[in-house]
Amino acid sequence: MDWSPLYISIKTAAVSIIITFFLGIYLARWASRLKSGKIRLVVDGVLTLPLVLPPTVVGFFLLFTFGVKRPVGQFLVETMGVKIVFTWWATVIAAVVISLPLMYRSARGAFDQVDQNLLYAGRTLGMSERRIFWRVLMPAALPGVAAGGILAFARGLGEFGATAMLAGNIAGKTMTLPLAVYSKVAAGDMDGAYQYVGVILLLSFGTILLMNYFTLREGRTGKRRRAK
Amino acid sequence: MEMKRKKRTAVLLSACLVLAFALAGCGSEEETTPAAKTSAAEVTTADVTTTAETATTAPAASSDEIMLAAAASLKNVFEDELIPMFTAKTGIAVTATYDSSGKLQTQIEEGAEVDVFFSAAAKQMTALSDQSLVDTASVVNLLENKLVMIVPSDKAADYTSFEDVLKADTVAIGDPESVPAGQYAKEALENLNLWEELQSKTVSLGTNVTEVLQWVAAGSADAGFVYQTDAVSQADAVTIVAEAPEGSLQTPVIYPVGILTEAKNPNGAAQFLEFLQSDEALAVFEEYGFTAIK
Repeated sequence: MDWSPLYISIKTAAVSIIITFFLGIYLARWASRLKSGKIRLVVDGVLTLPLVLPPTVVGFFLLFTFGVKRPVGQFLVETMGVKIVFTWWATVIAAVVISLPLMYRSARGAFDQVDQNLLYAGRTLGMSERRIFWRVLMPAALPGVAAGGILAFARGLGEFGATAMLAGNIAGKTMTLPLAVYSKVAAGDMDGAYQYVGVILLLSFGTILLMNYFTLREGRTGKRRRAK
Repeated sequence: MEMKRKKRTAVLLSACLVLAFALAGCGSEEETTPAAKTSAAEVTTADVTTTAETATTAPAASSDEIMLAAAASLKNVFEDELIPMFTAKTGIAVTATYDSSGKLQTQIEEGAEVDVFFSAAAKQMTALSDQSLVDTASVVNLLENKLVMIVPSDKAADYTSFEDVLKADTVAIGDPESVPAGQYAKEALENLNLWEELQSKTVSLGTNVTEVLQWVAAGSADAGFVYQTDAVSQADAVTIVAEAPEGSLQTPVIYPVGILTEAKNPNGAAQFLEFLQSDEALAVFEEYGFTAIK
């Protein structure tokens, strides 16, 4: 069995989750602190859109942006000699765009749940906003944020439609596990497909177990905190 | 207050249900009108001989339509011209799915309910025939197509032959495992001793020939291999560099068509096949760049 799709999928998911995680929590924090409720609604809507749209539509927009014949794509080619389409980085971009809404919404929800008094207490103690974010807000919101991160990781791992459009199906470079399964089925090689499907099942199930562990832990630590 | 809220929810839910049924009803209305057309057409049409048999029997639900599974490269000619022609002539509606012949073969093997299979290569038709899924006696080698190399139109100046594919950084080709266009391309490139060297380039495997065409048209790939008919359909975005050189392709690019043994509407399928072999249908195929095999 050719292991390269597994290797590519893991690499893509790992890099994209790092980008998605930080982008997601920063955007969530920024959106929570927006004064205008209306702007916050619009921001929520825009950032949730890739989750609701069919992946092929997201792929269309990505191609529309980064395609070699489009303004942004051409700009990148001319100024930096960089072509995004058909490269491994395109799989990362597709995975980030698709999984960001999950991270964003989970983080938003988790941040809004945190007791505001904790943050005020931090301010009265003279902590900078950045310290409050990392030492007070994040630890308090961690179970929700972690669950969101795991979901986003799983979603990035399973991305298919947008990836095929932007990154192509290049064996050994951009052929992720879902693309490999699709190619095997198209070729009538069911045995080969089963093997990849088995791997994806294991990975996804492991991800769900991890997520359940975190959400259960939230219940327990929550009770403990209040008891103090 | 509670009662009012409950009543409002109930009204809203029933309105949604009614809307859903109405939409479903609209869909089925379109399917019942061809039935009326069929009985009228069968009485008035004299040229199609097989309808003489079906005219005497009461039209069953399945005689209204047939399911066609055809190679991706046939989509334009069927959707734009041939299917409307056929339906206007016989009153039989045609529902079609277009994809790589390999994918369609797999779907049929897994039980997809198809009446007619139109493949872009003999390989898939023979495979189904060997499994007794296609009625071998019904298979007709109908069309020929040409394998060509294409590049995005703005890069056309740099490429003149198949050998120039080595100049490209990224090449798009159908997956040889499942896409006939990919099979033919691989064979031609192997015979030209270019296949081995090509593997060191970035090669993106399309799951059907239209995907390959779109990758080149969008400029994502520097070069690609498709059928002449596909290249012609995107004449402004892609340019044909060259046809497969003489002798490089031993397997002729033949499109066979056949009827499935488990076809729900074998009569309709037979009528369709007869129509496809008629002079007017072959003329349309030639218009789109296919060559009719006499």
